[in-house]
Amino acid sequence: MAITQLSAFLENAPGTLCDTVAAITDAGVNIRALSVADTKDFGILRMIVSDIEKTKTALADTMVKETPVIAVRMNDTAGALKKILNILKAEGVNIEYVYAFTGSELGDAYVVLRVDETEKAEEILAKNGTPTLSDEDIKQFLNK
Amino acid sequence: MKRYYQPEIETASREEILKIQNEKIVKQVRYVYDNVPYYRNLMDKKGVTPDDIKSVDDIKKLPFLTKDDLREAYPYGLLGTDLKNCVRIHSTSGTTGKRVVAFYTQHDIDLWEDCCARAIVAAGGSDEDVCQVCYGYGLFTGGSGLHGGSHKVGCLTLPMSSGNTDRQIQFMMDLGSTIICCTPSYAAYIGESLAEKGYKPEDNKLKAGIFGAEPWTEEMRREIEKSLGIKAYDIYGLTETSGPGVAFECEEQTGMHINEDHFYAEIIDPDTGEVLPEGEKGELVFTSLDKEGFPLLRYRTKDICILSRKPCSCGRTHVKMSKPFGRSDDMMIIRGVNVFPSQIEAVLLNEGYPPNYQIVVDRVNNTDTFDIYVESTPEMFSDKVSDMQAGEDKLKLAMRSMLGIGPKIHLVAPKTIQRSEGKAVRVIDKRKLH
Repeated sequence: MAITQLSAFLENAPGTLCDTVAAITDAGVNIRALSVADTKDFGILRMIVSDIEKTKTALADTMVKETPVIAVRMNDTAGALKKILNILKAEGVNIEYVYAFTGSELGDAYVVLRVDETEKAEEILAKNGTPTLSDEDIKQFLNK
Repeated sequence: MKRYYQPEIETASREEILKIQNEKIVKQVRYVYDNVPYYRNLMDKKGVTPDDIKSVDDIKKLPFLTKDDLREAYPYGLLGTDLKNCVRIHSTSGTTGKRVVAFYTQHDIDLWEDCCARAIVAAGGSDEDVCQVCYGYGLFTGGSGLHGGSHKVGCLTLPMSSGNTDRQIQFMMDLGSTIICCTPSYAAYIGESLAEKGYKPEDNKLKAGIFGAEPWTEEMRREIEKSLGIKAYDIYGLTETSGPGVAFECEEQTGMHINEDHFYAEIIDPDTGEVLPEGEKGELVFTSLDKEGFPLLRYRTKDICILSRKPCSCGRTHVKMSKPFGRSDDMMIIRGVNVFPSQIEAVLLNEGYPPNYQIVVDRVNNTDTFDIYVESTPEMFSDKVSDMQAGEDKLKLAMRSMLGIGPKIHLVAPKTIQRSEGKAVRVIDKRKLH
């Protein structure tokens, strides 16, 4: 089951990332993973948060979009990411972007994948013994 | 409901209008020659006397007046009567240089307000209506012009002036405004603010809006009509010729009827000054026919438009002017190409962007740079950079095919481009060309 990623439009100016993060933090939300894609004029802040609704309220004045992405839990060892990517490659699933982070427990790591065919990717990952996480899992795993 | 404010004159035959114009022009030229030394000098230099002007056909013999003349003659050089006969002054914003002040006698105010009343009735206004005037009041002509017109029609007039949008909306909803008068950019902003407060277009009682004082496009008209749930009418005027109401739109929305009993319009070639035949695009020139305080003969407006005498379904017989294609002062020449902000606005609205934008022109290493800052919308926002860039590229392509040159597009966050409560500042030209 896919998880929900929030993307926020950031103008390319000093302080916008700080202000956005501050607004989320002030709402009592924990950002568990984030990446920023930047262009000349703007950035796209993508994040996995502990509370989606609270975050959307905190960012009412910012453009925010929900996107289903795939999150996979893996061992924090060399070759773990390669294994996942190989599964997707074999089935011709295209990856739009990816970011990874280590978990709160030693030896844990997570990878967030935005792919062109979310359902298919989930299916084949599960078939190959790498189940994807759900929003519920994220809460459980990440809100410790 | 009345269809016309002054039906006899608004639907008069061509012959009747010409007769009125011919009688008035002879008197007006004589009056100016006798009372305005500045213009008398111009006529003397050209070798024209009042006796040479026997009808409107002779207007082409008269010298032109330009904004430069008005500045040179500031403040009293073009005054047509003793100050003691004048009751009011209005002034241009002065953003393009020295201010121009115009003087009004009570007679001038009356005929100006009549013109505005004609515009309000043409937009469906009557004494049953609540007319919210949110043009600026003060030196700017917009507020007092429509205010006076609204009184003449007998509307319940809300003299809001511009700004304080929350209060505008509160009065609009609480007092049931049915007609709104303001700049089109402010109308768009009010529409946006209403939606933000959770109002639907059908929640307000507005039926018509009378918008002018800045250039706007058909696309923007549709946008405003949709967001406010109204029919949007254009109105034209300039401080120099009294203010709004020189020309106004009827329900046909295909151009603005010029009040020909007070203003004689010509279209000239802006380069040669030659009068162009009906239907050709050129610079609009106005001659006042019965002004006392600030009579202007052959004033060059710098507005580029077309005149049409095609019969109008509304029954009005006065000549129609097209929406100005742009002011020759608004026109930018970028890399040798003529660009009007109105063209840019049209592309933005067609491509689904809001009509809030800023154009920045500069010159770097002897080459013009051309940047457009555009507000993105939640609909087009994507988590993928490639999608966003594809959107920018599509907009850039649409701009290129409309303008002939491609601007750099910069997407900015919604509501970050400054909203205007009066005339919107769309263009920042940093080039030092003068």
